Amino acid sequence: MYRYDDFDRQLVHERTEQFREQVKRRLAGDITEEQFRPLRLMNGVYLQLHAYMLRVAVPYGTLRADQLRQLGMIARVYDKGYGHFTTRQNIQYNWPKLDEIPDALLDLAKVEMHAIQTSGNCIRNTTTDQYAGAAADEIEDPRPYCELIRQWSTFHPEFTYLPRKFKIAVTGSPNDRAAVKVHDIGLRMHQNDAGETGFEVMVGGGLGRTPFVGKTIREFIGKNDLFSYLEAILRVYNRFGRRDNKYKARIKILVHEEGIDKIRELVEEEWAQIKDGSLRVDDAEIAHYIEQFAPPAFEALSDDDADFERHKLENRRFANWVRSNVIAHKQPGYAIANVSLKPIGGIPGDATDTQMELVADLSEKYSFGDVRVTHEQNLVLPHVKKADLFAVWSELDKADLGTANLGYVTDIISCPGLDYCALATARSIPLSQRISERFGDLDRQHDIGELKIKISGCINACGHHHVGHIGILGLDKRGKEFYQITLGGDASQDASIGKIAGAGFSEAEVVDAIESLVTKYIDIRESGERFIDTYRRVGMDPFKEVLYGDR
Amino acid sequence: MSLQVVTANRLEDGLVVFLTSNGSWSENINDARIADGKEAADALLAEASAPELDIVIVGPYLIDVEKQGADIVPTKYREVLRTKGPSVREDLGYQAV
Repeated sequence: MYRYDDFDRQLVHERTEQFREQVKRRLAGDITEEQFRPLRLMNGVYLQLHAYMLRVAVPYGTLRADQLRQLGMIARVYDKGYGHFTTRQNIQYNWPKLDEIPDALLDLAKVEMHAIQTSGNCIRNTTTDQYAGAAADEIEDPRPYCELIRQWSTFHPEFTYLPRKFKIAVTGSPNDRAAVKVHDIGLRMHQNDAGETGFEVMVGGGLGRTPFVGKTIREFIGKNDLFSYLEAILRVYNRFGRRDNKYKARIKILVHEEGIDKIRELVEEEWAQIKDGSLRVDDAEIAHYIEQFAPPAFEALSDDDADFERHKLENRRFANWVRSNVIAHKQPGYAIANVSLKPIGGIPGDATDTQMELVADLSEKYSFGDVRVTHEQNLVLPHVKKADLFAVWSELDKADLGTANLGYVTDIISCPGLDYCALATARSIPLSQRISERFGDLDRQHDIGELKIKISGCINACGHHHVGHIGILGLDKRGKEFYQITLGGDASQDASIGKIAGAGFSEAEVVDAIESLVTKYIDIRESGERFIDTYRRVGMDPFKEVLYGDR
Repeated sequence: MSLQVVTANRLEDGLVVFLTSNGSWSENINDARIADGKEAADALLAEASAPELDIVIVGPYLIDVEKQGADIVPTKYREVLRTKGPSVREDLGYQAV
């Protein structure tokens, strides 16, 4: 894993002390709220519905055990004993006091973490595949490039005041687990005809008010040229992106209005000017960063472990957890263990201080001190020996972290919604809890198979409802919470934006509506079809019929 | 014209507060001063928007309320949540006090 060098340490420390002074000046009345607001936002501090919210970056979703333990400590000391993992591979604290936030940031800095790039119109915290460096299907670990993007983008003088926020996601696997097609820039590692590994570059994806799947601007860019190419895209966006209307300021609007061919022409023109300059990264420097993410010292093991197989036979709950939450590892004898933050009826993405500390301990004992945060609001222990999986699960289970539901109907992405968020128009969490309880039976979940439900409490789509197989958008209708259903969204390599099924449902009706959709799917699915496959085969009409009948 | 009170977030901790009869700020909506009619509401908001309050509270605004017995209750659900705390964690927020 990447460790800060002296430059990183000094940068983060100085920023923390700078913010401490800004808070002091604000509380003394030396600066107004109007002057302070952009300063606090640049440090991840929002003012939400009930209190301040501090959003902390987990760069490319990778955490060391000591970092996760510190996140737990911060939840206990500065908050109310819990944190919320978000769809951006961040963690949010909901109740910090303004004058204590600088101390919280200092405690973060001690473990090489910060809240920079979690807010503001800058290049945000780069996200990637939570299984990076571990997945059996991976072409290459994308994190060295994510780290280079982090270093290139942090406090980039030219891109600190972009027209709007800017999000980059990277996948090193053909199976996209980072939703790269719905980011401002999506990077997909692949090999060209010459056998070189590089990136397909996609631009203009995004959710929110105007959802789009990103368009390919370049089929292949070599690793050495990646950063100059990113710079060229950002320059074009910074120059031509709309600043007259915040709702039309994202690069997706520019791509949509100008067309990808025109944008490509502008980017290539810009790139031609800078591609051989200082942003060309040579092989030695790339090798240095690859070395930072060198695989841990795996033991040479057989891929079959007799105890592991025995535990599966003897303990059905463990076997169920393995079936849903354990993923193939590239190293024989090892596995990737997903830690569900979606207990049945629980709040998606929330973890208590003690849960964070437990996962930190388990990672230290069983996973080389490596933990990941997923954009689907779960945690991952990426390198667990198969022989240790039963011990890991047993400890997780005792702490309500052993739910066997990864990718199933209860593994719901949900934004904080109106329970916390100042922008939301309806609640999301209670709805996710009720759906989770309705479908909580594990056998039923297994029978339904992969089904991604995603819920947003407003049009900004933090809950990614547009790319849910079933998406739910909470709206305010004459003072009452209403929920609009979309079908057919997908965040994977086959990304698609869901279509609105029809009129919305009241809070009382919506869980039954979801059940009707699931029942219909089971009724008409063909062998091996997931919900999204069936929807793609039969279209909206059969589902619309069960939702609305003659209405 | 509905009844209205002024709410804001307190600068130091961000918590939700309401302007009271004596010009101070309370975490309890039942302490809030009620304005009846547009003129009274405008005056209440003007009082809450005085520049010197900028180091006490953030973002004052009017909300519609109704009297339910001795209680003052917001008419919009968003403000009910702000008044009480998150509906999904009743151990947190003001309802837990």
